Amino acid sequence: MAALIFGALLAVALRAETGRGFNAADWAALRFTLVQATLSALFSVLLAIPVARALARRRFRGRSLLIALLGAPFILPVIVAVLGLIEVFGRGGWVSAALGTLGLPPVQIYGLHGVVLAHVFFNLPLATRLVLQGWQEIPAERFRLATLLGIDGWSMFRVIELPMLLRLIPGAFTVIFAICLTSFAVALTLGGGPRATTIELAIYQAFRFDFDLGRAALLSAVQLGLTVFAGGIALWLARGEGFGSGLDRGLRRFDGKTTTARCIDALFIGVAAVFLLVPLMAIALSGLPGFADMPGQVWTAAVTSLGVAALSTVLLLCMALPMAAAIATERGRMVEIAGLLGLAASPLVIGTGLFIAIRPYANPQAFALPVTALVNAITVLPFALRILVPRARDIVARQGRLGLSLGMAGLPFLRHVLLPRLRPQIGFAAGLAAALSMGDLGVITLFADPNVATLPLQVYRLMGSYQMEAAAAASFLLLILSFGVFWLLDRGGHRHAET
Amino acid sequence: MLKLEAATIRNGTFTLSADLIVPTGATVAVIGPSGAGKSTLIEGIAGFLPTAQGRIAWQDTDITDQPPGARPVAMLFQEDNLFPHLTLAQNVGLGLSPNLRLSPDDKARVRAALNRVGLTGMDTRKPGELSGGQRSRAALARVMLQDKPLLLLDEPFAALGPALRMEMLDLVAQIASETGATLLMISHAPEDARRITKQAILVADGTAHAPRPTGELLDNPPPVLRDYLGS
Repeated sequence: MAALIFGALLAVALRAETGRGFNAADWAALRFTLVQATLSALFSVLLAIPVARALARRRFRGRSLLIALLGAPFILPVIVAVLGLIEVFGRGGWVSAALGTLGLPPVQIYGLHGVVLAHVFFNLPLATRLVLQGWQEIPAERFRLATLLGIDGWSMFRVIELPMLLRLIPGAFTVIFAICLTSFAVALTLGGGPRATTIELAIYQAFRFDFDLGRAALLSAVQLGLTVFAGGIALWLARGEGFGSGLDRGLRRFDGKTTTARCIDALFIGVAAVFLLVPLMAIALSGLPGFADMPGQVWTAAVTSLGVAALSTVLLLCMALPMAAAIATERGRMVEIAGLLGLAASPLVIGTGLFIAIRPYANPQAFALPVTALVNAITVLPFALRILVPRARDIVARQGRLGLSLGMAGLPFLRHVLLPRLRPQIGFAAGLAAALSMGDLGVITLFADPNVATLPLQVYRLMGSYQMEAAAAASFLLLILSFGVFWLLDRGGHRHAET
Repeated sequence: MLKLEAATIRNGTFTLSADLIVPTGATVAVIGPSGAGKSTLIEGIAGFLPTAQGRIAWQDTDITDQPPGARPVAMLFQEDNLFPHLTLAQNVGLGLSPNLRLSPDDKARVRAALNRVGLTGMDTRKPGELSGGQRSRAALARVMLQDKPLLLLDEPFAALGPALRMEMLDLVAQIASETGATLLMISHAPEDARRITKQAILVADGTAHAPRPTGELLDNPPPVLRDYLGS
């Protein structure tokens, strides 16, 4: 694992032409990357605070469903969301149409604000979940005591909630900032041009249009420096201490009973739900009619994508399971660090490295699909480890000694105890891997020749040739397939699972 | 016989020293105040805690550096003695083969062991569907098949009611005498110790003392044990 990533990085480093330095376009890309990531993180977190506060103190039907839905963007293919946002906010979209009836000019989605809009769409749910978690970690006793002391509304916010937010917000901001730094597909579809190009996109352009490997490698090195720096800060901020434990008697809130407070909460929950759900509805509505007569290459691409997703899932499990086992049995400090490397190196950086490494020996285009599957697996690895390791540790702590006393050390323990008991977590991790690989529009763009396409790439090509109806239908298919494979694998892990 | 020769067993910062001999086939209670190191002694013998100095030997074979699975030891813990996701037959079968490759002959032995402990026909049940007493029986069935010369009990029946606990202790005594196993059993209740053990090791002040007849030790306890027993 580490050899793979470091090998790719080494290839990049050897190729990077540091002597030549940055040209004006490179500086613009760096500036745009930082500006869009800052704005995206800022808006996501600022909006998340009132939404999370409302969700924390209201109980209503569909609340848990809404919170579960906040996890959905994680496996939502970027290209699908982008298309949905274009349907709503684009030049010919619903918002523009509504403005048109009022005699106002249509809105424009391409450029900085479009990129930020899409990033907020993806990261508002994540930010909301992070902030909501902070609220839920405040022991119910604190609120009870505060109520007893007559604290309500604004003072409640200042006394209890603000200190929690001040501790939590920097971490949430940095995580989202780091995620947006490596944004590729959003910038590819909604950005572009000299004024809206991220470094990740510049790597792609250097590669694809100029075939300037030296410049791609140099940009990759800069990108790596940025992500390592931001990721390091995020990790450092994340190790903050908790809020002290309470006896946790189901959170019952006594404050915020005024009509104004209720209306404000309802407004924020409503706006967030509409903002997140309407673009998906738009895809379903415009995708359904064209579903029957989709071009043949869409179906071919769908089959290709399923194959890539399957391969990627297998590769992920082959890496993640031995690593999780090693970490759980405490033989794996280094292994744990290797798992985190996947976070630091962005997909396009690894892709660039692999391209440079393969090229002297073979035609990289021939490896488009396996490389995509591999890079997808590496990207998911840190998340998979976070899902698998805590449970694996738990199993080893509870049942390791029994296994040892029966002479089951090693393979028998892995096969008869660890794997069966990890099944729900394995299913969940496999589901994530399959869905993310299914919807990924990243490395494949570097490697693919015109005859090969995964489904997301096919959607992108249809968009590029302005076949919007076919693109909508194909992305609806992609949406169904991504959520479908996730659901199947996750459910497979839970069926017949033992407590 | 089990021999601990000037052995020091380390459990974190705590150390327990033992220099004693347990004859083959003996039934021995391990008694002493809470926190004195009873579990440390048992886990040291089982191989879960390292022996810092001295050596542990069984029938003149040095087992000091052997891993737990390789030692001539079967052990029951306070809890979690069965794997919850495996059936009773699989759990008991682990006593014959750690990778669960069981021949038809092995499977017949598993069934026989389940019969012996009164769990006839429960092969396909999982531990979660059983009562505490039935789980203990299943664990004992596995101990029978493991057929190790040393049987160590770290209070596996502590959570059972008095009548059920006595029943389990009697079953343990029967199994130990049938297989000729040497039994070491941690005990908090003097009546348990009197019921099935002939000798007792007193663990106090960081030392495990050589075994003495159980009745004699309990009838005439040294001060540290008297304070603990409260009589």
